[in-house]
Amino acid sequence: MRVVLAEDLFLLRDGLVRMLEAFDFEIAAAVESGPELTRALAELRPDVAVVDVRLPPSHTDEGLQCALAARRARPGLPVLVLSQHVEQLYARELLADGTGGVGYLLKDRVFDAEQFIDAVRRVAAGGTAMDPQVIQQLLARRQGDGRPLGRLTPRELEVLELMAQGRSNAAIAGQLVVTERAIAKHTSNIFQKLGLDVSDDDNRRVLAVLAYLDQGR
Amino acid sequence: MDTDGDSGENRAGGRVRTAAIAGVRALLLAVAALAGSIVLFVLSVVSIVLVPLGIGIVTTPWVLAAVRGFADWRRLLAVRWSGVRIPPAYRPVPKGANPWERCFRLLGDPAVRRDLLWLPVDMTAGFVTALLPAALLFYPFEGFALAAGLWRVFTDGTHVGWWYGFVPVGGQLSALAAGALGAALLVAGVYTIPFLLRVHFLLARSVLASGQGELAQRVRVLTETRRDAVDTSAAELRRIERDLHDGAQARLVAMGMDLGTIEALIEKDPAKARQLVAQARRSSAEALTELRDLVRGIHPPVLAERGLGDAVRALALRLPIATEVDADLPGRLGEPVEAAAYFAVSEVLTNAVKHSGAGRIWVDLHHTPEHGGMLRIAVTDDGGGGAVIGSGSGLSGVERRLGTFDGVLAVSSPAGGPTMVTMEIPCESS
Repeated sequence: MRVVLAEDLFLLRDGLVRMLEAFDFEIAAAVESGPELTRALAELRPDVAVVDVRLPPSHTDEGLQCALAARRARPGLPVLVLSQHVEQLYARELLADGTGGVGYLLKDRVFDAEQFIDAVRRVAAGGTAMDPQVIQQLLARRQGDGRPLGRLTPRELEVLELMAQGRSNAAIAGQLVVTERAIAKHTSNIFQKLGLDVSDDDNRRVLAVLAYLDQGR
Repeated sequence: MDTDGDSGENRAGGRVRTAAIAGVRALLLAVAALAGSIVLFVLSVVSIVLVPLGIGIVTTPWVLAAVRGFADWRRLLAVRWSGVRIPPAYRPVPKGANPWERCFRLLGDPAVRRDLLWLPVDMTAGFVTALLPAALLFYPFEGFALAAGLWRVFTDGTHVGWWYGFVPVGGQLSALAAGALGAALLVAGVYTIPFLLRVHFLLARSVLASGQGELAQRVRVLTETRRDAVDTSAAELRRIERDLHDGAQARLVAMGMDLGTIEALIEKDPAKARQLVAQARRSSAEALTELRDLVRGIHPPVLAERGLGDAVRALALRLPIATEVDADLPGRLGEPVEAAAYFAVSEVLTNAVKHSGAGRIWVDLHHTPEHGGMLRIAVTDDGGGGAVIGSGSGLSGVERRLGTFDGVLAVSSPAGGPTMVTMEIPCESS
C-alpha cells in the first residue's frame, strides 16, 4: 500500500516513516510543505495520504486545505489528517462531501501503533477514522439538547461512540469483549431509536451516524 | 429644541426661544466676565507683587484657586451652553506641600499661567463678545419702545432728540423707523445670537486650552491601560509557568524515572517492565493533553490557522448552547487584535453559558473600514438578562483587556433579557 506523508517536523516525519514501513506500507513520498504535498498527491496517486494540518510555508491549516483540494480533484482520495488539536469545524469540513475515506486524529494516537495503523488501513479502504475527542464533543452536545440520545442505554452509547469513530462491528466487539452478534443487536437498536435507516455497509453506517450527531448545528 | 419640529411654526418658535435664552445667558456672561475678571486680575497682580514681601506667598495660592474656580465655571458653561469643550490640564499639587512650594508650583504651571493671561482677555474681548449677543436681544426693545411713544420723552417733534443706532429720532415717523430697525436687529439676532455666544466660548478656549488637555487625558488613559496590560501579561506568564511546572514538566520527570526503572528491570522482571512502559505512555499522553490545553489558553491553534471568524466558529461548536456565528471579516486582522477579540468573545460566551440560562446565542462579527477600521462584535443571548460590568462577572476583565487596544465594551441587559454585549476595537484589516 503506497502512502504519501506530509509532516514538517523532522522527528515526527522520521518516526512515522519508520512505523509505516514496519507495518509494510510503501512510502511513496515524505514531504514537508503544502506545495510539495499537492504535487505528490497529483503525480504519485497514492493509496492513502497521511497529512499534518499545519504545514509550511504559511504555517496555517495548509495541509488540510491541500488535502481538501486534492479530494475535490479526485473524489474519495483517502486522506488521514493529523493534528495537535482537534476541532469539530475541521472534522465537519472533511466529512462534508459524504464520500468517506477520511480520517481525523490527534497526533497522540500514534502512541498506539496498532490502533493507528488500523486507522490508516480503514481510511485507505474508504472507511472513516474520527478521533475519540471529536466524537465525545459531538455526543456531549447532542446529549445536551437532543432527547433521542437519552433513550440509549449506557452500553448502546458506548457502542455508538466507537461506531462513530469508524470502528467495524468486529473491532467494537473486540474492544468491549463481547460477541459480534451482541454488537449487531446493539447497532440495530441504536439505529431504531435514532430513527436512522439500517445499512449493511459499514462506511455508510458511520457517515449516517456522524451526520446525525452533527445535525442541527 | 428646534429638532423634531413637526411644523415650521414649531421650529421657528424653538429658534426664537433658543436665541432668547442665549441672549439672557450672554448678558449674564458679559456682567460676570467684566466684574469677575477685573476683580481677580487685580487681586492676582497685587498678590504676586506681594510675593517678595512674603504675604504674597500665602495669598497667591488662594487667589489662584479662585481664578481657577472662575475658569472652571466658564468651562462648565461652555460645555452646557454651547457644547464647547475646554479641557482643564492643571498639574496636581502635592497634598502636604508648604505654602512656599504651593505658590511656586502653581505659578510654574502653564495652565495657571494661561488662566492669568485669560483674565485681561476675558475682561476686554470676552466682555465685548458676550455683550454683542446680549445687545442684539435687548436693544431692539428700545426701538419698539420709541416707536410706541417713548420718543415724546426726548423730543417735541421739532428737532432730533435721540439717536437709535443710525436713526435720528425726531418725531413719530422717525420713531417708527427706529422700531423697524429694532425689528430687523431682532430678526438678525434670532439667527446669530447662539452663534455669537459660541464665539465667546471659542475665544476663551483659544486662550485657556493649550491642546494639552486632551493630550493629558490621553496620557492618563494610556498609562492606566498600559499598567493593566503589563499586569495581565505578568499574571498570564505566572500562570503558564505554574501550569508547566506542576503539569507537563512533572510528568516528563516521572516518565524519565519510569524509563530508568524499565532499563534496570527489563531483564530481571519483564512483566513489571511492561507495566511501567504502559504507565510511561500514559504519562506522555497526559502531558500532551495538558500542553494542548495550555496552548489553547495562550493562543488557540485555530486562531493561528484560520483567523478570528473560524476560531469563534470552532469555539461556538464547543459550547453546550446552540450558538450561531455570523462573521464578515475581510482578510486577517492584526494578530494581537485577533487574540484580544477572541478571548473577549470567549469570556463573554462563557459568561452567557454560566449565568444567562439562555437557549440560544448569536455572535456577530464584522469589520468596517470607517474611522480607520473598526471591528464590531455583538454577542446576544435570549437568557434572563441582568448582566452588569464589574459584578465579578468577568465582563470588567474583558473591558480591561480591550482597553489596551482602545476598544470599548457596552452591555445592554435588562431584567428578563435579552442580553447584548457589544465590543468595538479600532483596527485595520490586511
